[in-house]
Amino acid sequence: MQTRSLEILVGFFVCLGVAAVFVMTFRVASLDTVGRGEGTYSVSGVFQNIGGLKVGASVTMAGVKIGRVRDIEIDPSSFQARVSIDISKRYDKIPEDTSAKILTAGLLGDQYIGLEPGGMDDYLADGSELTLTQGALVLENLIGQFVAGQSDSKEDKLAEAIGQLADSLKSSSEAKQGAHP
Amino acid sequence: MSGEQTSEDLLVSVRELNFGYANRVIYDGINVDIRRGKVTAIMGPSGTGKTTLLRIIGGQWHPSHGQVLFDGVDVHRESRRGLYRLRQRMGMLFQNGALLTDLTVFENVAYPLREHTKLPDSMIRDIVLMKLEAVGLRGARDLYPEELSGGMARRVALARAIALDPDMVMYDEPFTGQDPISMGVLMRLIRSLNQSLGITSIVVSHDVGEVLSISDYAYIVSAGKVLDHGTPDQIRNSKSELVQQFLQGRPDGPIPFHYKAEPLTSELMGDAQ
Amino acid sequence: MTGSIAIISNLLSGLGRAQFFLFNILSAIGPALLRPRIIVRQIYMIGVQSLVIIVISGMFIGMVLALQMANTLDRFGAEDSVGVIVALAVIRELGPVVAGLLFAGRAGSALAAEIGLMRATDQLSAMEMMAVDPMRRVVAPRFIAGLISLPLLTAIFSLMAIGVAGGHLIAVDLLGGDSGTYWSQIHANVELSDLRQCFVKAGVFGMVVNWIAMYQGYNAPPTSEGVSNATTSTVVVSSLSILALDFVLTAFMFS
Ligand SMILES: Nc1ncnc2c1ncn2[C@@H]1O[C@H](COP(=O)(O)OP(=O)(O)OP(=O)(O)O)[C@@H](O)[C@H]1O
Ligand SMILES: [Mg+2]
Repeated sequence: MQTRSLEILVGFFVCLGVAAVFVMTFRVASLDTVGRGEGTYSVSGVFQNIGGLKVGASVTMAGVKIGRVRDIEIDPSSFQARVSIDISKRYDKIPEDTSAKILTAGLLGDQYIGLEPGGMDDYLADGSELTLTQGALVLENLIGQFVAGQSDSKEDKLAEAIGQLADSLKSSSEAKQGAHP
Repeated sequence: MSGEQTSEDLLVSVRELNFGYANRVIYDGINVDIRRGKVTAIMGPSGTGKTTLLRIIGGQWHPSHGQVLFDGVDVHRESRRGLYRLRQRMGMLFQNGALLTDLTVFENVAYPLREHTKLPDSMIRDIVLMKLEAVGLRGARDLYPEELSGGMARRVALARAIALDPDMVMYDEPFTGQDPISMGVLMRLIRSLNQSLGITSIVVSHDVGEVLSISDYAYIVSAGKVLDHGTPDQIRNSKSELVQQFLQGRPDGPIPFHYKAEPLTSELMGDAQ
Repeated sequence: MTGSIAIISNLLSGLGRAQFFLFNILSAIGPALLRPRIIVRQIYMIGVQSLVIIVISGMFIGMVLALQMANTLDRFGAEDSVGVIVALAVIRELGPVVAGLLFAGRAGSALAAEIGLMRATDQLSAMEMMAVDPMRRVVAPRFIAGLISLPLLTAIFSLMAIGVAGGHLIAVDLLGGDSGTYWSQIHANVELSDLRQCFVKAGVFGMVVNWIAMYQGYNAPPTSEGVSNATTSTVVVSSLSILALDFVLTAFMFS
């Protein structure tokens, strides 16, 4: 019958569309539930300058994503940035003296927090404080400091410094490309 | 007037109805009574608003003044739900058929049954075939509306209008475009539906002779007023010049044949300047 | 002076009527869901019949995006990012917007003409006189079908543009990129929230196009000119609405 074939076509269309939605969700989007779906615990740290860090940025350890930034606020007493992060419960044996650094993915990429494990036997738990922190490196400040420290024979040194900077950036971007073969 | 009837006899009574489109008055306080179980004819010049009257009775359009009672209920005061319940008791044959173009003839006639009843398919099929047989189009059941002639489409629409065996059917020009044979069949059909099932009928038609021969009562409307009403014999013998002009189809007389306009000569002269 | 007042008051009353129309549609959705067959038929008319145009446009848009990006990114040694850029552009903006515009042209215009003709030939009046509410049997099912169809069409469109034929074909098969890198880059950079945004937009566009199309058809003067005007203004108004709404929705969902 005519309606029958129509219904089959519609069924086919809906299957096709739903399949496309599924492929998009699993193949295209990163369906990472770290710090969202599963259980997490929260720790925080105070940074001098967070640069361009945003809520939702990832928190990694040895390059593996283990959590995300939940909240950023100004500490009312020290006027520094207090960053709260959620870490997946799966990783509950992280030493207490672990240090946190704000890093940049690639040359101009997003900023994220990298954790470097310490060696203590006590572990981070909900509400713990990360005491060893290093804020973001802000390019302008670096250059400014450098220039101020080299006020004599400025020209040569500045040229040299920029050359060095360029070299280091180049090697870091090469290293990054190496990470994605 | 209709003072001798009790209101029990009246299925529809239109009281002091005023109605106008944006800039034109169509009805100016008319009274029409439709008696239960009778065939009532409504006649009048083209464009006086007969179709409009049927639509007002059906509750599609609202009068600016006056009321329409259907079986004692004010059609225009009903809630939507109440109105839809009333409409299930009315069938309407549209002037142009108004068949649903994406359904076959069969499905068109089955449509009100499927919408309003829970009858099994086999029974719907029997009813539809009987209705189509009555209008002589049982063989055309698998055609689509675009494959029908105007007259055939109107007959299918008639079958659809009576599918639910309503209390009242409003026929808007059922005879237009019919050959003499199907015209005769339709006249007998309307009459027999009325006699055997007691269906109250309102027939709008220009075929004066034919419609008077099957109706029990007739109204002649023109220019927003009822010109005359009465039994067919009273109408035929009416002293009113207007009615006589209408019955005999003379272009000259109290009823203007032309839509309101300036005199032709003055317009032509004006044009020449 | 009085002319402009008249124009403004006309515009406002039109908007008001369109709002009422939308309320009527929304309140008719419940009863319409009881007749899935009508909806299935409308998904066929609206969705299945738009499939070809959606698939072909998706392919070409993905291909041309990838080609342009590859040329430029090559200069920075960043040609691995072609996939990411195509994917983000398509998922965040081009997918819902282009699919919506095509949908307005293909399905919206047909819908306006269909409803306008049903009105002109008294089919809607006939339904009303048969105590059948055209809102429930005609308008709401088409509305639901649009709401279902456009997100699905958008998904198909985006997949065509990113994966199956578009970006992948150019970046990998033509320019010799690596398929694994292509996908892993996309995978690392597209977030679930991008997809959510994509489908929310598509759903909203589907509703808006159908709302406009049916409002235009429903209120078209019963003449051939009236119906043809309704079709034209459906395409114009709904295209503009899609572009404006896209901006609004993006601003809402990104901030
Ligand atoms: N939607 C409308 N808007 C404005 N005017 C209308 C509309 N419909 C009908 N009219 C006008 O109302 C008048 C009555 O129309 P109607 O269709 O009721 O006439 P009728 O008596 O049925 O005529 P006919 O015998 O030719 O069918 C006509 O003169 C027409 O100009
Ligand atoms: Mg008429």
